[in-house]
Amino acid sequence: MNALLEFLSFSDPNIRYVAFGSVLLTASSAIVGAFTFLNKKSLVGDAIAHAVLPGICLGFIMAGTKNPVALIAGAFITGWISLVLVEFITSKTRIKEDTAIGLILSVFFGIGILMLTVIQKSGNASQSGLDHFLFGKAASLVGSDLITFSIVAVILLVIVFALFKEFSLLAFDKDYARSIGLPVKRIELVLTSLIVLAVVIGIQAVGVVLMAAILITPAAAARFWTDKISVMFLLASLFGAFSGLSGAFISYTAPSMPTGPWIVIVISTLAFISFFFAPNRGIIGRFIRQSRIRKTINDENVLKILYQLGEENRNFFIQRLPDEIIRRRFYDKRALVTILKRLARQGYIERTRNLWGLTEEGKSRAQRVVKIHRLWELYLTTYMHIAPDHVHEDAETIEHLLTPELEERLEQQLGYPKVDPHKSEIPYGNT
Amino acid sequence: MNNDLSIILTASLVSASCALLGCFLILRKMAMVGDAISHAVLPGIVIAFLVSGSRDSVTMLLGAGIIGMFTTFLIEFFHKKARLQTDASIGVTFTWLFAIGVVLISLFAGKVDLDQDCVLYGEIAYVPLDVIITQGGINLGPKALYVSGIILIVNLLFIFLAYRKLFLTTFDPAFASAIGISTALWHYAIMGAVSMTTVASFESVGAILVVALLIAPAATAYLITDNFKMMLALACLFGVLSSIGGYYLAVWLDGSIAGAIATISGLLFGLVMILSPTHGLFFKKIKAVAH
Repeated sequence: MNALLEFLSFSDPNIRYVAFGSVLLTASSAIVGAFTFLNKKSLVGDAIAHAVLPGICLGFIMAGTKNPVALIAGAFITGWISLVLVEFITSKTRIKEDTAIGLILSVFFGIGILMLTVIQKSGNASQSGLDHFLFGKAASLVGSDLITFSIVAVILLVIVFALFKEFSLLAFDKDYARSIGLPVKRIELVLTSLIVLAVVIGIQAVGVVLMAAILITPAAAARFWTDKISVMFLLASLFGAFSGLSGAFISYTAPSMPTGPWIVIVISTLAFISFFFAPNRGIIGRFIRQSRIRKTINDENVLKILYQLGEENRNFFIQRLPDEIIRRRFYDKRALVTILKRLARQGYIERTRNLWGLTEEGKSRAQRVVKIHRLWELYLTTYMHIAPDHVHEDAETIEHLLTPELEERLEQQLGYPKVDPHKSEIPYGNT
Repeated sequence: MNNDLSIILTASLVSASCALLGCFLILRKMAMVGDAISHAVLPGIVIAFLVSGSRDSVTMLLGAGIIGMFTTFLIEFFHKKARLQTDASIGVTFTWLFAIGVVLISLFAGKVDLDQDCVLYGEIAYVPLDVIITQGGINLGPKALYVSGIILIVNLLFIFLAYRKLFLTTFDPAFASAIGISTALWHYAIMGAVSMTTVASFESVGAILVVALLIAPAATAYLITDNFKMMLALACLFGVLSSIGGYYLAVWLDGSIAGAIATISGLLFGLVMILSPTHGLFFKKIKAVAH
């Protein structure tokens, strides 16, 4: 606890550097990564992340020291080459994109490991710490490194901010972007360069292997809370920043721990919480909504059958055995009784021992369903010119979903017709 | 047995196993799921290690097999139930599991005879040191050699016995399910096999370079032949060639053997991509010019 307070007070300038640096790194990666997520290119980010390793080694060999500019330049070059190769293999040979990504990713990484081990055995003393790029070490960010990486992060953010509209348009509707005369190829080029840059600086914090996570996981998590792209980007950067800060804290309290995996665990936890608990798109919310809809559909179908049975003897309130309903439409008997009991509790059905019949409320709810069903069938045959024997299925779905407003418009457009295409009467109001 | 030979043999056996499974992976467009599994088995390995206290156990294979299937399931689950796009689902799942694995290794650094480097690129150079010695004191040769040999035999048996079903579910899943073959079952069976092979290869080549062995030889073979049996055979051949070439490259440069094997497998792919008589770019160009 003390460690946390000490960390959060930011009294130690070293802590300030590290915390500020990792937040900047993870947040900017999250923002750029959100575009790879929206473009459905998440795994391309993974490929670039692995492919920068040989570039870093190359930069080191060229410069002879861990000069950040040389390392970034090297990483940038091989990151780009890997992308071009994936594109080339996918378009020129019969290899599919996922195979090409996996191939380039692992081969480049292999080359990187080979170079890294050769450098390690070369006896150059300044190489120590090069392997931090594998799993990341936020705590090793100090002074001059931090300045370089901050500048890159700021450049990233400024460009994303300036081209935000163009990038979003490309992600959602490339054809439209082309048709209004945007230089799509050039914008894509800029975006790809940004991704490579984000990877190059992000691996400082999480390392090559897990870089893909801070690119895509914040965006994937944010996507579950909103449908607005600006909110999504804000959330993604917040999630990223939070995980970066946690990583810096862990790096500070437990220097022997690799930072990257911890950052990834934090961000993944946030993502899993979002996947399950986000109100609209989350798994649990979706499940509850689906079961509620399923209940409504079952309820309305049972009411509808009672209504249709009632139509036959022109008395809607006759009480019937469950078997009579089952004869019209197959139900498991026990499930049917559960539905009937629920409807009885809600006041739509009246029960006398094992006999069940509509109440006044039940009748009007059933009548509305039947009305919409028949109106919809008529609408499909008159306006969509669909044959009368093909419209039932569709009406069977829409009858539970149509809103009162649409119901009214449908009635007006059709002019309150009397019968549907099958010559069944369309019931209105209290007839 | 001489050291060079035992390393090359082990690498060849591992790469043949991977190459065989890789053929199925790339034709099923599951290459990245294979990649995900190879990362995700890490926590399984560490946990099995902590539970059983040793590296060479059936527990390890089982633990990793379960985690591998779990990964496949989780990817599908997020995709189907949370409607997360597949690429993101793969990316989120495997990075999470891999991160857990690395953290577990750091937490139990004293108790687990694994380190982060080993995770990344294995320790195939130490294969000749870990030998099986009978009670009579006879040296039976490196243990990894036996492990990778057994895994290869298991994989060969699996493919040989279930060939028709694997073939049909790979090339025509609709027809396969029409005649009553469960595509889901064979999907998970292949993923199980990939997990086991990954674990068995883990010590020698590490988590990430297994991916190179899974994908590169199979992709290379795919550029030469349209015959599936031929593709399996060629993939094995390229795997073995990469192992031999990689070993000598590593010795020459004094670097990681696994890294060098991946490098060579990439080189072979590049060569075949250009020079393959059937699907190579060079001959395609000539044919285009001739027309």
